[in-house]
Amino acid sequence: MLKLKSVHTYYGNIHALRGVSLHVNQGEIVTLIGANGAGKTTVLKTISGITPASRGSITFEGRDVTKVAAEEIVRAGISHVPEGRKVFSTLSLRDNLEMGGFIRRDKKEVQADMERFKKKFPILADRWNQMAGTLSGGEQQILAITRALMARPRLLILDEPSMGLSPLLVKEIFKIIKVLREEGTTILLIEQNARAALHIADRGYVLETGKIVLQGKCRMLLEHEEVKRAYLGKGYREVWED
Amino acid sequence: MERISLIGQLTQYLFTGITVGSIYALVAVGFNIIYNVTEIINFAQGEFVMLGGLIMVFFTAVAKLPLPVAFILTIAAVTGVGALMERFTINPLKNATVLTMIIVTIAVSILFKGIAMFVWGKDPYIIPPFSGSEPIFILGAAIQTQTIWVLLITAVVVVLLTLFFKKTRYGKAMLACADDPEAARLVGIRVNIMVLISFALSAAIGAVAGAIITPISLMEYDRGALLALKGFGAAVMGGLGSFYGAVVAGIFLGIIESLCAGFVSSGYKDAVALLLLLLVLYIRPSGLFGNVEASKIKEF
Repeated sequence: MLKLKSVHTYYGNIHALRGVSLHVNQGEIVTLIGANGAGKTTVLKTISGITPASRGSITFEGRDVTKVAAEEIVRAGISHVPEGRKVFSTLSLRDNLEMGGFIRRDKKEVQADMERFKKKFPILADRWNQMAGTLSGGEQQILAITRALMARPRLLILDEPSMGLSPLLVKEIFKIIKVLREEGTTILLIEQNARAALHIADRGYVLETGKIVLQGKCRMLLEHEEVKRAYLGKGYREVWED
Repeated sequence: MERISLIGQLTQYLFTGITVGSIYALVAVGFNIIYNVTEIINFAQGEFVMLGGLIMVFFTAVAKLPLPVAFILTIAAVTGVGALMERFTINPLKNATVLTMIIVTIAVSILFKGIAMFVWGKDPYIIPPFSGSEPIFILGAAIQTQTIWVLLITAVVVVLLTLFFKKTRYGKAMLACADDPEAARLVGIRVNIMVLISFALSAAIGAVAGAIITPISLMEYDRGALLALKGFGAAVMGGLGSFYGAVVAGIFLGIIESLCAGFVSSGYKDAVALLLLLLVLYIRPSGLFGNVEASKIKEF
């Protein structure tokens, strides 16, 4: 469905991605793990066109989207929930969702979707007409995800959805991600919490300083000594003991 | 000579103040629309008012068009000027800083002033009031009927703008751009179109201000700068970005100026406006109605 072929991206003079290749199949949850600064967020921003690739190619559903601008990528079927949520804080929750459906012409269906999300997430319904800036972090994350879903994407990109949230809310967010998968949305996820990400995803990629160093089924990655040591925090003792 | 009572004088100054203040308010609202979407302070905002006045003069006095037609054509023409300005000076600047773009707007304002001087010369122009020149007497003060038009039209503009930003898809999208341009792009809002709309809309409002004030205060080619300055003062006093603040501060500024001109000396009225602006910036830099939090994040 989504395919990146040796993608290079620069942030000013910083060579942030050094030939990243990965793919996401229809119906999968794929996760990208790696340390801070490894380039996870840049991968997502490159896909959605915020920091365009300088070399390499990105195809989505067979279409070349390497040079497609950020405001057009959502029309191609990719919704990106950015790091730090970025809800429209001065707009009401209702208007945030309406803006999520900005690209759609089917006004009635947009209304129906908004009502559906309102029913599905009581947290949103309670504060429907309040400014999004007044929500807590977890509520904003749920709002940001639903806003992205309003565009009816075929691929959803999530950047650190659990960042800064309480364990209880993290659980809630992961529950939402599971439900989305069951409903057939394909998801590309990056997460600080590598263990949780590897448990929910089908396949994973490990990113180090702008390069993919490891990839495979999540079950395999969870058992991988190096991944365990570097990202899962457990099994560390076993490694330095020998 | 008949002596006018104090109440009469006060009423007179108040009405004059509110009238001039309405124009400041409209200029301030124009600043805010562009600022909200782009964080640019468009120093050509006063030139839109000047162009609105002079083009209105052309359509009514030279082309002899009926008033409503002339009014609408004036707005359309200046809106076009605003849109062209954005397409040719702001839009081509990729990755320019906000400061660079502000300087560009200053350049554009000088250009507009120069063109206006070539076309209309240096003399001020006047057009007849919209409905008769017989004043109305309220509490001993003579109020021009044009004053009523100014107040009415300003109110209509403010109401329409509020509806636009609160109720329409494009209005909300513009607010979304102001809120977070990156997130706006990610939901598919074409930010550069919103910037274009913001310039066109600001120009339209400037044109309205120019067209309605010309019967009262005349209009000449170099009026823009001072209007922009006062409007900017009102926008800052009201808190950059706040429409409500802009209207209140604009009218407040107009009243203070008018009272100063009436009771002290008209020579000081411009100084009073600037003094007031400095005072507000000193005591409450985010403006009277500005969001303190927001003003910390914004670049200007």
